[in-house]
Amino acid sequence: MKAVITVTGRDSVGIIAAVSAYCAERSVNIQDISQSVLSEFFAMIMLTDIDSMKGTFADFADGLAELGRKRGLDIRAMHEDIFNTMHHV
Amino acid sequence: MLNTADILETIQMIREENLDIRTITMGISLWDCVSEDEKRFSDKIYDKITRTAERLVAVGQDIEKTYGIPIVHKRVSVTPLSLVGGALSPDGYVRAAHALQRAAETLGINFIGGFSALVHKGMTNSAANLIAAIPQALSETELVCSSVNVATTKAGINMDAIRLMGSTIRKTASLTADRNSIGCAKLVVFANAPEDNPFMAGAFHGVGEPENVINVGVSGPGVVSSAIKRAGDCDLSVLAEVIKKTAFKITRVGQLVATEAAKRLGVPFGIVDLSLAPTPAVGDSVAHILEDMGLESCGAHGTTACLAMLNDAVKKGGVMASGHVGGLSGAFIPVSEDAGMIAAVERGALSIEKLEAMTAVCSVGLDMIAVPGDTPEDVICGIIADEISIGVVNTKTTAVRVIPAVGKTAGDSVDFGGLLGTAPIMPLRAYSPAKFISRGGRIPAPIHSLKN
Repeated sequence: MKAVITVTGRDSVGIIAAVSAYCAERSVNIQDISQSVLSEFFAMIMLTDIDSMKGTFADFADGLAELGRKRGLDIRAMHEDIFNTMHHV
Repeated sequence: MLNTADILETIQMIREENLDIRTITMGISLWDCVSEDEKRFSDKIYDKITRTAERLVAVGQDIEKTYGIPIVHKRVSVTPLSLVGGALSPDGYVRAAHALQRAAETLGINFIGGFSALVHKGMTNSAANLIAAIPQALSETELVCSSVNVATTKAGINMDAIRLMGSTIRKTASLTADRNSIGCAKLVVFANAPEDNPFMAGAFHGVGEPENVINVGVSGPGVVSSAIKRAGDCDLSVLAEVIKKTAFKITRVGQLVATEAAKRLGVPFGIVDLSLAPTPAVGDSVAHILEDMGLESCGAHGTTACLAMLNDAVKKGGVMASGHVGGLSGAFIPVSEDAGMIAAVERGALSIEKLEAMTAVCSVGLDMIAVPGDTPEDVICGIIADEISIGVVNTKTTAVRVIPAVGKTAGDSVDFGGLLGTAPIMPLRAYSPAKFISRGGRIPAPIHSLKN
């Protein structure tokens, strides 16, 4: 099962490091990262494998949202199916 | 393969444009709760509902986390109580309403629908007893929703039932006068009521439904509104395409959530209701969509055409996105629950007559409309009869949820709080339909050839 993590907000040092460390602690494997910075606005998308994830997905998503709040970012983890169903016929 | 632009579009819809799943509603049959004993009946329906929907809220919350999409309501609809209440007296029905209220509280849901009767052709003793119980039941409970189907295209219009509903609405308003007559916000009078509607206050679990079922209502006025703004100065053919594509995306999420909820709860998936359901929140208004399409204000001449196109495009986009479509399916235009509708009424652009015309081309009907508290019963009956006849003749669902707000007059407003919003009191015509209403009887079913 795959989850998509999106991070949006003002750019600052160490965003990728913080999210990556959080994923590693919970055995979530990062498969792909893309990011862009547009006039200080940061958008990162991570595709992750959550098959070996420790704990529930709800806790994982809550933890990421909390991490985002501390840094003034919007961080979301969502099952990949919402994107697949919405954008593919 | 996932595309960055698609992912960011979805995030934007949820974060900026209020995309949500409006409701997951579990339909529960109460046929096996029939009992001659009033206490035993109430105990049985409480037990059955709380047992069957025990995991509904938890599963709904878990799906919200998994897909990162808010699911605003988790609700339950039950078999119309007048069908399973059998020998209940009006007091017995009030007791049953309290059982529904307790069940809703135990489950943690915010509404339960099905305190309902189907009287489109005639009225059983059981239905008459339920209707007699409505004012007290709605004044003594908070989460119980009631509906009465008074007409169908096949049976015609039961004017005796409409007359009874006029007085029932007045009594309900009086009994909840200290709370802005809020009881009437939980009472719907229907023509051609759908059996699988997930939306309150009109939801009930119809007679052709399975033992249990999951129905989902989607939302998304903010998403459609943003898409129209982005489309710029295009012509209406292009605009229809934009709306269809947006409706497809919104409905696909509804379908995903519905199938997932059905799977996790072990209950069959019923339908997705292709709806544009507004809330009083900024950026979540159907009226604002019509204004984005090019009206100076909702209610202007051209509003009905705009709404007809919007409603049709939403259905065309949504139909392909869902395996089974049902319920009310269309744009909702509840006045008090839509910031743009409220503003249009307050600036004098939107009248009850225009709203009535709009209901001929979209979902539901005269919804959440507050009228002066001293409105005579026969005028309320006239409003109902007009709206119901639009549904019957056009073979569609229509409904009336009208609130004669005790102590208020045209120009005042009433605040129901939360999702029910704020309703400006709308002026009505002063002329009386009393003689017509007092005739009673039935308006025969309309002819379905010689259409014009």
